[in-house]
Amino acid sequence: MAKRVLLIEDEPNIIEAISFILSRDGFTVHTHEDGETAMTKVMALPPDLIILDVMLPGRSGFDILRDLRAEPVTTKIPVMMLTARGQTKDRDLALRLGANHFMTKPFSNAEVRDHVRSLMEA
Amino acid sequence: MSVEGITGTRIRERRIDRGVRQADLAATVGISPSYLNLIEHNRRRIAGKLLSGIARALDVAPEQLTRGADTAVLDRLRSAAAEMSMPAEIARAEEMAGRYPGWAALIVGQAKRLASLEERVQELSDRMTYDPELAGSLHDVISAVTAIRSTASILVGGEALDADWQSRFHRNIYDDSIRLAESSEALINYLDSPKTDGTPHLAPVEEVEAALVQSGYHFADIETRGSHAVDAIVAAADMRGLAAKTVFRAHLSQYAADAAAMPLAAFTQTALACAYDPLRLATEFEVDIASVLRRLSCLREKDGHPPMGLAVADSSGALLLVKQVAGFTMPRAGAGCPLWPVFSAFSRPNQPLRAEASMPGANAQRFLCYAVAHPIGALGFDVPQVMRATMLVVFDQPEGNAPAIGVGVSCRICPRNDCAARREPSVI
Repeated sequence: MAKRVLLIEDEPNIIEAISFILSRDGFTVHTHEDGETAMTKVMALPPDLIILDVMLPGRSGFDILRDLRAEPVTTKIPVMMLTARGQTKDRDLALRLGANHFMTKPFSNAEVRDHVRSLMEA
Repeated sequence: MSVEGITGTRIRERRIDRGVRQADLAATVGISPSYLNLIEHNRRRIAGKLLSGIARALDVAPEQLTRGADTAVLDRLRSAAAEMSMPAEIARAEEMAGRYPGWAALIVGQAKRLASLEERVQELSDRMTYDPELAGSLHDVISAVTAIRSTASILVGGEALDADWQSRFHRNIYDDSIRLAESSEALINYLDSPKTDGTPHLAPVEEVEAALVQSGYHFADIETRGSHAVDAIVAAADMRGLAAKTVFRAHLSQYAADAAAMPLAAFTQTALACAYDPLRLATEFEVDIASVLRRLSCLREKDGHPPMGLAVADSSGALLLVKQVAGFTMPRAGAGCPLWPVFSAFSRPNQPLRAEASMPGANAQRFLCYAVAHPIGALGFDVPQVMRATMLVVFDQPEGNAPAIGVGVSCRICPRNDCAARREPSVI
């Protein structure tokens, strides 16, 4: 059964590009655009890996990550954070909250694919 | 050298300016040239009839020979030296200001401009770091770039794409390129500095204070038309930014509310009858004391009222509004004196405080300070209470030796070295 990736991101064309490359790599990609209801979506799936944008409408990616790590069902799901803000403090915060990887936009497709594979295998 | 200590120097300068010989002046006022010489070199004190005689002979008012520079100028000169940490002769500031008032004004003006420019730099730095509009613009640009890069990589990746996907990705790149162009343009417009006319940029609070100083802290239109006059006054104000106009409008609205609760004619009459007693005025008009303190500060000296200063602070210690009164300088840049009653008031919310305060120096002036801190905004459980303190400063000449709190302008230029509230060493 194909591994499930949940991409929580609000930019439609980034969603389409990442969905395309990961689907082509054999993953089943689910997408969600809203921060407020993201946890409901996660709980309904739950996915094998989450790609989580920091700046989301309704709720920040950091808040969602905090909830993911506090919830027993989702606490071990690997999370890769995406952000347009590459400051050290954001990276530190993400890793402190339990992110498995932190990626700064703009990223390359190969970078996304490699990290998703590596996190799935870990 | 003290202010009085350079009276002789001023006499000498005035005499030389007028081309009067020392011997002639001495003869005119009935003293020996050698005694006048001692006076002119500040080795003999001079006052009373002799001073009046010399002043008359030199065609100048006696006060012009004896009066020192404005204490506010002196405080700013010392602050300027302290801020720059340069080896200026701070102890001789009075002498410098007395002898060269033009240069003193220039130094004060330049120090003010420097402080204003520093504030502008800080504001720009904050804007780059925290401005949500800038963060939003950058986010749009980076998001568009990310989408274009990712989509373009798929198109040139070498793997076969069916025509539908190709067409879709081309369309996405086109859309994102439009979005990128628009967000880049918005970003450039945002970062584009407005053309300046060479006048220094003022912080919003300073812009408002400049407008208030220009109006004498009194708005006749509001006194007669109430809050209906506010819009026109804001529109006519020479202010650059929305922030300053917003602060100004809030101030004027407060002024209008105070004026409505305490109409000028009745307030003036009552204030005169009760010797400007804030408590009696508050009782008479059924308003809180802070409103009375604000209202009193708007009474004009030219209408025969005593000079009254005002300071409004929030609990961070920031001065939100300052109306200066001669002799009690309240610095705009940097922190003031923690002993001012406006700050003490925060420790006793809603409790009106009255205190005699004395500024340092040989000619220490006394001021009667009224202060009160009160909560603003809505009350609520588990909600931080926002406090604001208001202080009225009135020049005072108490009889006898009434105790007074020894306050200062700010630690760096305050000579009270044993003060428990000292934050940093004084440069004096």
